Amino acid sequence: MNNPRAHNTTASHYRHISLVLAGFALLAFFLADIDITTRSPGTELGRILAGLIRPDFFATDHLLQATLFTLSFAVQGVALGAAVGFVLACFWHYRSVRMASATVRAIHELFWGLIFLQLTGLSTLTGVLAIAIPYSGIFAKVFGEFLEESNSKPAQALARNSGPLSTFFFAKLPLVWAQFKVYGAYRLECGIRSSAILGFIGLPTLGFHLETAFRQGDYSAGAALLYIFFLLIISMRGWLHARLIPIYLLAALLYAPPLSSNTGASLWRFLSHDIMPAPLRSGYSGDLTFSRWALDLVSQQAVPGLVNTLVLGSAALLMTGLIAIMILPLLSRHFSGKLVRSGANIFVIMMRTTPEFLLAFIFLLALGPSMLPGIFALALHTGAIIGHLTSRIADQLPIPSNSARGLNRLSFEVLPRVYGNFLALLLYRWEIIMRETAILGLIGIPTIGFYIDSAFAEFRLDRAFFLIAVSVILNLSVDGLSRTLRNRLRLHA
Amino acid sequence: MFTFEHHTLRKQGVVILDDISLHIAAGERVALLGASGAGKSTLLQLMREQHPDEIAWCPQDGAMVPPLSVFHNIYMGSLDRHNALYNLRNLIYPKAKERRAIRTIANALGIGEKLFTSIDRLSGGQAQRTALGRALYAQKETLLADEPVSSLDELQGGNLLRHTLSTHTTAVIALHDQFLALSCFDRVIGLRNGKILIDQPAASLNHDDLLPLYGQASPT
Repeated sequence: MNNPRAHNTTASHYRHISLVLAGFALLAFFLADIDITTRSPGTELGRILAGLIRPDFFATDHLLQATLFTLSFAVQGVALGAAVGFVLACFWHYRSVRMASATVRAIHELFWGLIFLQLTGLSTLTGVLAIAIPYSGIFAKVFGEFLEESNSKPAQALARNSGPLSTFFFAKLPLVWAQFKVYGAYRLECGIRSSAILGFIGLPTLGFHLETAFRQGDYSAGAALLYIFFLLIISMRGWLHARLIPIYLLAALLYAPPLSSNTGASLWRFLSHDIMPAPLRSGYSGDLTFSRWALDLVSQQAVPGLVNTLVLGSAALLMTGLIAIMILPLLSRHFSGKLVRSGANIFVIMMRTTPEFLLAFIFLLALGPSMLPGIFALALHTGAIIGHLTSRIADQLPIPSNSARGLNRLSFEVLPRVYGNFLALLLYRWEIIMRETAILGLIGIPTIGFYIDSAFAEFRLDRAFFLIAVSVILNLSVDGLSRTLRNRLRLHA
Repeated sequence: MFTFEHHTLRKQGVVILDDISLHIAAGERVALLGASGAGKSTLLQLMREQHPDEIAWCPQDGAMVPPLSVFHNIYMGSLDRHNALYNLRNLIYPKAKERRAIRTIANALGIGEKLFTSIDRLSGGQAQRTALGRALYAQKETLLADEPVSSLDELQGGNLLRHTLSTHTTAVIALHDQFLALSCFDRVIGLRNGKILIDQPAASLNHDDLLPLYGQASPT
């Protein structure tokens, strides 16, 4: 007998997975430290807002220099990443290539920056490699999947002994070239964001001056830097043309040659000595055994760091979903008039243009150190992106004008139709949320990045390396889990 | 040149070709007829695999690279004649010699004006002419083609078909146009549900003989 109360609908599957995810996230909220620790958050927030209204473009020295460095690092890093990623994508059918690119992209640009500070110092090379290495992993994945999904008929129709190189350039590459270009432009936008926040670890980009200005409470100077950053990204449409890219690259190379005064000797020392667990190094004189070293590190740093990262990331995931669904009606033509839509659009553009890390930093100043600023920042940034993408899908739906309105329309007509896309996007972004959660440690929120940053600060590179490896495993697991869920629900963004 | 002895092919349990016995000698021009799903494309594919390097191949669709020009899509017929470096050079900046050779082919096919227009900006008929151009530029003795003139009207299609046949010594071409099959070829092979129903000289057949291929009774 069929149970008459058993639901066999797609909607009930969506509901089920949403409830499980939300349950975990609620648990995370209870565990999370979400106190507001500043005495009067309203006052500080007011001062920040006042600064945003009255930006001061003359308060920061070397403003032009910082802007040009930001662009130079981004252009060089993205170009190198795209070139390496392109080569890797040609070998995407090898499991080892897929594993290697998953690993390098699981480590955030800021962590790569911290690693290269040890090797190549405060130099352009550090900034360029910090962007290029994780981006090559991302490019490899995206380009590799484009090539895999492209039509294989043209290649099959060629004479069998046309040669792999000719086949690739005539019958494969032209099919995906347009997609490559669009994705490359999007990545350059991300590269400018990454380049800016690399200033937080000391590189001379906009983020460096932004951090200084905000920490000193000079919010007018900070606001000016923020607006310059917005301008760089929003104006991209106007200055990013395929033909001009070689010129930009040349200019970037001339303005900031990717050099470092450090020699290769320290690379060997770094690999063979510095990142080796201390008790295993040759000439170790302390009394720690390796197992003791590992056990201490795991129990005192890795586990608390991982738990905090998971708690913050999960809470942020729930809040991201809620914000996206709240923004959706404001952005969609099914619910809002032109005025509301353009207002909501400005908000969304600002939120997705500002890196999560930067938002978290600003909220942290207002609300004090806890997980709350991190949750807010991740949820606002990611929620804006998902809300925007979902609303675009919703706007393509034809909905008869005589059907339900308002909340009824949202819950009966629109949400059931777009929920699959929404869930897919949310699960896609989950990995990115975890990646960003980890680096929030650099501004004092005790995720795994906090312990990594402290280990670098104490020059305990062995510990830093171990903890980075732990964060890689966390990221790869979340990525795997998200893929499993998407496949099970047969979701596509 | 092509030989099948009691050949049966199944894909996922479905019989595609059923006990096919067939011999095609070099120098023959064969039209392959049959309703869609009769197994024509599969049979051509198997023929191609018997002599992969000696065949000018013109599949039904999807073989053109849409963002590339007519020139490049025709040039692709000759990739196996040159080294990769020469091919890349012609991808980026075509040599005058190649331009001349391919312009001649394109003119004969009526697409000379469109030589440097990409396939995604052409009509289906123009894309089909380009596909024929590629097969011609492969410069092989043997042509295997699957519905190469289906998007053209009978007059133009007939002219192009005759032009293409005149440049190959052996040809097996799948068609849906029965008139062209009977007027341009030496031999007609008719398939129905994976079986060979007709295999006769074209001169000995008339239109009514072909009706059973499409599930209609012959009036005689």
